[in-house]
Amino acid sequence: MAEKYIARSTEIAARMLGGEMMIMSAQDSTFFTLNEVATVIWQAADGCTPLSEIVRGKICQEFEVDAEQAQRGAERFVDELSQHGILLVSERPLIDSSDPEIS
Amino acid sequence: MTLMAEMNQKALNLGIPLSVHLDLTYRCNEQCVHCYLDHDDHGEMTTDEIFGVLDQLAAAGVFFLSLSGGEVLLRRDFFSIVEHARKLLFNVKVKTNATMIREKEAARLRQLGVEQIQISVYSHRAQVHDAITKLPGSLDRTLRAIRFLKSQGLKVSISNVLMSGNFADQQGVIELAKELGVAYTLDPTITPKMDGDTSILGLRIANSELKQIFQNEELVGDVAEFCAPPPPPGEDVMNGFPCSAGHTSCYISPYGDVFPCVQFPLPSGNVRRQRFLEVWRHSPQLNDVRSIRARDLPTCSTCSHVGTCTRCPGLAYMEGNMRGPSTADCEKSFQRTGIPSANMLKKAWSGLAGPLIQIQGLANSAQIPSVSQEANQLTAEKSALRSNAEFLPISGANKQSGRIVEAL
Ligand code: SF4
Ligand code: SF4
Repeated sequence: MAEKYIARSTEIAARMLGGEMMIMSAQDSTFFTLNEVATVIWQAADGCTPLSEIVRGKICQEFEVDAEQAQRGAERFVDELSQHGILLVSERPLIDSSDPEIS
Repeated sequence: MTLMAEMNQKALNLGIPLSVHLDLTYRCNEQCVHCYLDHDDHGEMTTDEIFGVLDQLAAAGVFFLSLSGGEVLLRRDFFSIVEHARKLLFNVKVKTNATMIREKEAARLRQLGVEQIQISVYSHRAQVHDAITKLPGSLDRTLRAIRFLKSQGLKVSISNVLMSGNFADQQGVIELAKELGVAYTLDPTITPKMDGDTSILGLRIANSELKQIFQNEELVGDVAEFCAPPPPPGEDVMNGFPCSAGHTSCYISPYGDVFPCVQFPLPSGNVRRQRFLEVWRHSPQLNDVRSIRARDLPTCSTCSHVGTCTRCPGLAYMEGNMRGPSTADCEKSFQRTGIPSANMLKKAWSGLAGPLIQIQGLANSAQIPSVSQEANQLTAEKSALRSNAEFLPISGANKQSGRIVEAL
């Protein structure tokens, strides 16, 4: 399968609240909260780190999960968020347009 | 529970200020008749100061940020401030009269990912709207701006402050909002000026007009349900707190002063002298506000409306006691349900007892033949009640009012 690069959309509002990430899409005001694992993927979505590397380097290490299972979960998560336009997905590195550290 | 309500509860449990209302200026190009602000600039925060405050708010966990004024676009650095706020990923709502928004400004707001623009519209007729704003041509400019904003795909909401002078145009504004494809919110609350001047309260709509609003299906939905008598308050109501002010939200003025809410002018600290989190966590005033539960409110805890009333502690504070009733909300509860509030009964009670003392004085005088024997008895009986009441602590006197409510 082709590698995926993910970047956070600039069309969102986001903030950490007690270990969960709250996100609201400015396009359609959909409100999401991400669990701890999804939050790690979201924070690592810098547009230039391949998704597989995020899964291997962050998810598998921090949460001690099986690599294949984690990759499948991550792909599903990325698909869902990209459908709402809050994650941008590409087969090539994306320029990171969302520098800020999310408090 | 919705996801948003869950997050609110979580923020409350963790003591996180989820929403902050920040006024960037009190200056304005309109001079609305009902405005409570002093429009002179007494030393607004600089761009850098505001950036610093925004950084602190993001670090404190603020998600919803309302930027308001005065007219925000009078600040030359307005777009830089919005840009900084959006870089920090706040959900930004802008409140404006929109008279300074043209295509370019609308496009910039869209590009910056502002969530919503809230715009004041007082009437669909220029002569009425412009007479309120005291800016000729303002309705035209505002409506043109709404169209620019809508064409950019931005979410716009019309906020209609109702006064005696524009009450008749309320339906016209609703129709206008529909035609423009924007949301409509109505606000019948006029608050005293910042310096305590209450003269503008005379602009409030009449009580009968308030009642008409509560009977308008388009505004309230199911009228019977909305106007139903309040259910008896349970333990959860008595242990509840009035509103989000000081719990998950607060207000910051252009001068850096922190208050529990824009409508609750209890000075609680200043971000020019203190870190925001220091004020938020340790201000004695905010902690005092947080400590109040419904059961601690001397009059309201005895009121049948306590569980359903929109009682605003800020308005109560402006009346002299943040633990007291807010008479504007008493009137709303009464007009909605037809059931008098504990506060009204208390006032009626003291009104009744007051003149009786005078009557007693006259009745004691043998030269007044028109006072009947019966009246004398009544006077004596009631004045005895009155003297009992005088020895009761306030809460005891209120309990009497409470019983009257139950008997009704
Ligand atoms: S009830 Fe009053 S003090 Fe509370 S949030 Fe509303 S306006 Fe502010
Ligand atoms: S109706 Fe008045 S007295 Fe009753 S709870 Fe509301 S503010 Fe308090």
